[in-house]
Amino acid sequence: MEIVIPPFDLKSISPIIIITVFAIIILAIDVFFKKTLRDALGYFAILVVAVTGMVVGTQLGETVYSFSNMFVVDNFSVFFSLIFLVSTGIVILLSIRYTKQEGINNGEYYTLILFATMGMMLMAGGADLLTIFLGLEIMSISLYVLAGFRRDCVRSNEASLKYFLLGAFATCFLLYGIAMLYGATGTTNIKEIASFLANNPSLSNPMIVTATSLLVIGFGFKVACVPFHKWTPDVYEGAPTAITAFMSVGPKVAAFAAFARVFLVALPDVGQKWSVILWVLAALTMTVGNLVAIAQTNIKRMLAYSSIAHAGYALMAIIAGGDFGPASLIFYMLAYTFMNLGAFAVVIILGRKGEENANIEDYSGLGYKHPILAVSMCIFMFSLAGIPPFVGFIGKFYIFSAAIKNGFIILAIIGVVNCVIAVFYYLRVTVVMYMKKPVREFAPLSLSPFIILALILTLWGTIHLGIFPGKIIALVQNSSLLY
Amino acid sequence: MNLPILTIATFLPLFGAIWLLFVNGEKQEKIKRIALVIAIGDFIISLPLFFKFKLNTSEFQFVENIPWIKEFGISYHIGIDGISLFLFLLTSFLSLICILASWNITDRIKEYMIAMLILQTGMLGVFISLDLFLFYVFWELMLIPMYLIIGVWGGPRRIYATIKFFLFTMAGSVLMLVGIIVIFFMNHKATGEYTFDLLKIYNLDIPMGAQFWLFLAFFFAFAIKVPMFPFHTWLPDAHVEAPTAGSVILAAVLLKMGTYGFVRFSLPLFPYASHQFVPLIAWLAIAGIIYGALVAMVQEDLKKLVAYSSVSHLGFVMLGIFVFNIQGMEGSILQMINHGLSTGALFLIVGMLYERSHTRLIADYGGLAKKMPIFAVFFMVMTLSSIGLPGLNGFVGEFLVLVGVFKSNVVYAVLATTGVILSACYMLWMFQRVMFNKITNPVNRKLKDLNMREWALLLPITILVFWIGIYPKPLLSRMDVSVNHLLTQVDDKYKISLRKINLENDEIAARAERAARAVAAEAAAAERAAEVEAAARAAEAEAAERAAEEENSADPMMEED
Repeated sequence: MEIVIPPFDLKSISPIIIITVFAIIILAIDVFFKKTLRDALGYFAILVVAVTGMVVGTQLGETVYSFSNMFVVDNFSVFFSLIFLVSTGIVILLSIRYTKQEGINNGEYYTLILFATMGMMLMAGGADLLTIFLGLEIMSISLYVLAGFRRDCVRSNEASLKYFLLGAFATCFLLYGIAMLYGATGTTNIKEIASFLANNPSLSNPMIVTATSLLVIGFGFKVACVPFHKWTPDVYEGAPTAITAFMSVGPKVAAFAAFARVFLVALPDVGQKWSVILWVLAALTMTVGNLVAIAQTNIKRMLAYSSIAHAGYALMAIIAGGDFGPASLIFYMLAYTFMNLGAFAVVIILGRKGEENANIEDYSGLGYKHPILAVSMCIFMFSLAGIPPFVGFIGKFYIFSAAIKNGFIILAIIGVVNCVIAVFYYLRVTVVMYMKKPVREFAPLSLSPFIILALILTLWGTIHLGIFPGKIIALVQNSSLLY
Repeated sequence: MNLPILTIATFLPLFGAIWLLFVNGEKQEKIKRIALVIAIGDFIISLPLFFKFKLNTSEFQFVENIPWIKEFGISYHIGIDGISLFLFLLTSFLSLICILASWNITDRIKEYMIAMLILQTGMLGVFISLDLFLFYVFWELMLIPMYLIIGVWGGPRRIYATIKFFLFTMAGSVLMLVGIIVIFFMNHKATGEYTFDLLKIYNLDIPMGAQFWLFLAFFFAFAIKVPMFPFHTWLPDAHVEAPTAGSVILAAVLLKMGTYGFVRFSLPLFPYASHQFVPLIAWLAIAGIIYGALVAMVQEDLKKLVAYSSVSHLGFVMLGIFVFNIQGMEGSILQMINHGLSTGALFLIVGMLYERSHTRLIADYGGLAKKMPIFAVFFMVMTLSSIGLPGLNGFVGEFLVLVGVFKSNVVYAVLATTGVILSACYMLWMFQRVMFNKITNPVNRKLKDLNMREWALLLPITILVFWIGIYPKPLLSRMDVSVNHLLTQVDDKYKISLRKINLENDEIAARAERAARAVAAEAAAAERAAEVEAAARAAEAEAAERAAEEENSADPMMEED
């Protein structure tokens, strides 16, 4: 028997190769030049991200299947990869000073972040359920380690363990779902599943129904939608803040990319029938996330619940589908990346060793003491709340448009009502900063040129994309055609 | 002259705010001067709008239309007509007054002025937007600085008041956002074009069932802002806690955004639903007029009294809008301006008193007229203007509104008129308690009369009050064409809807008639059939009889044989 080796198309996965190779190089540098070059690792990681970003950028506009249709480069995956790289870049900028302050500036920190990014890119480009699963695992395992990176801190260990146990559990669901789907359709390729389901009745097949529900649970855990959200606040609170920032954006966005591809391409029919269930999930996610966020006193926990609520909005985009749905999802994810990372940047700048400044009340009087930081935080909060002229508003507007266009008016109304609920806790941060007297002295700011750059980048994204979103919207609309 | 006056006038304050960002916060005098110069410049730039305004066209003037987000058909489309012109001028005029009125603020003056200037841009933008999306952006944008102004520079319960203000307004406006998106897609379905352009959407014929829901979605946004009874509860809190300039802006401009929204959006977009909702809105407005007046009467706090009088006055404006005739509408628009001037001035006056003796309780005053004669004159003028004394601005507006209402519904008019009487009661009583009688509170013996800055605040408003009261023609003539156009537009669309309903009814009637006719025909046919049958049977019987007869007759013959 002759074994045919399918042609390699290394060009299509070149960004992934680059990022992997350099991640390993960073690891090697750390081992061999521990003393001399350790500080430079972060800079090097940023360089890697920038180079990868440029390579990804050249792929815009083409649609290439490679590795026996297991991996695809299309505008959808390219755009998502860019979002991952932006978020990774900003997180590394946030980390350089932070890791030193917390004493966790080991080389593997950056290696793991880069590996996680690689996993995300694999997820976005996965044209086969197995590729998606592979990406998900690479990403998750890196994150399990990163969440527990402050080894001497109990909360960090707890976060890591909790994340690992629950994450592994959820991954099992996903894998089981994939297996079921394979059993029912005889393939794991997304396109082939789609064509199989187009020719065979799907809803009468209990295996497919079970597989779909298992997939919903698996992805639901990764995007942290209610009722699979319980891990989020604890993990977010315990993990190092820079990693929390990373987790609140990158993995979530990646899971949404895979979620969208699986449900809109492989299971469009089932997905439509399932939209009732997703509808309920989205409504629950928004409402529970926002309501519980109101009761939070810790800023990291509040942002955790707010990120749950944002997952609800994003879920709305997947439910809407159509020609606006995926586009609005991409745009919202980009918007969310900027504003959420921005908020975390402020939290990190104000943090001190041991994270004492994590209570919202501790920001009292920030407006007097550090006006620029306070204004930035205000902008991020208003943007997260969806108030014009910031990017969060355009993102929400886009998603609500998608929902309304495809007939989900009630869901859109639930969404906007949730925006009002959300305003309440976002406003509280601004109230505390501007309208209350300081309760105690602020620690000296942990500023570095890098973190300032991160703040400027996120501010630029939040404001500029809010006022001139035209170009990105055009780009996003081209990227939403999931073959 | 092709200068984009509107854009310059709208964004100059924003530019000023950015300028102030780079000024050292310690230099208070410099900051105040910069803000004042920007505000004066802005007012001067907006003056040509009044003088160059063409009287004989209903088209929007000073139009600028630049694509903004092409993918959604969102454009920077701005322009004014006779309806928005005066609100625009009022805003730039009162913003100037407000900046001058804030001269004594010492706490973080830089941030304060920045908030004021951004607020001004937001408010001006609301009145000139001819694109639904743009309108919404300005509408929400102006929430942030107002929220900060109340929350940072307000009174003791400022945080409660400002969050309440923000949540109420936001809750109303998000539903409007859903409404806007629904209209957007309806328009796309009908014309195949993605656009938020208001003038294009005006041509859209929205189905009557959908109008009902969309009207409600917009109604909450505007009614909360106006505020109509029973959505008014945020207003007294916000007014009482806001700093003087905040109260002035709130009363004079922010509330007008609600009524303006009804005129510009609700009526022309949903004419059928607007007509259907008249009873509800009229009764709510009347309830607001009477309730606001009665509650104002029992207030002990000057600011609260003026705040509740706003609820009452805005009821008039709403009533005038929803009678659909030219007197009512023009009266309402004029009344928006009048209320802005006189209530704005009253808040300034209360603020001046508060600055002097740090109390707003009516009981703490009395006999001030002796110590502050000039102040008393201004206060009297504004009080009478608020009541609607002939010769002052309030009279013209209220009179027109009442004429309009009377033409449409006598009951409404009679009930609304009680509001005029009640307003005389609570305003004059308040004036008497504050200004006349003997001085009981020793603090009041030392009060000083107006200084130059306060003169400068009140004199221009007073001049306008007299001008509009005595010679309102320059204002009314600028409104005429636009208001007429708006009303015919609404009327035409309403008639088309009615005709459609009639057609539908006719069709139903015709169908019913046809059915009835068919039934009748069937019955007739059945009858005929029965007749025929009966006839046949009769014939048969006859034949049988005849046969029998014949037989009978034959028999004898046979016998004979």
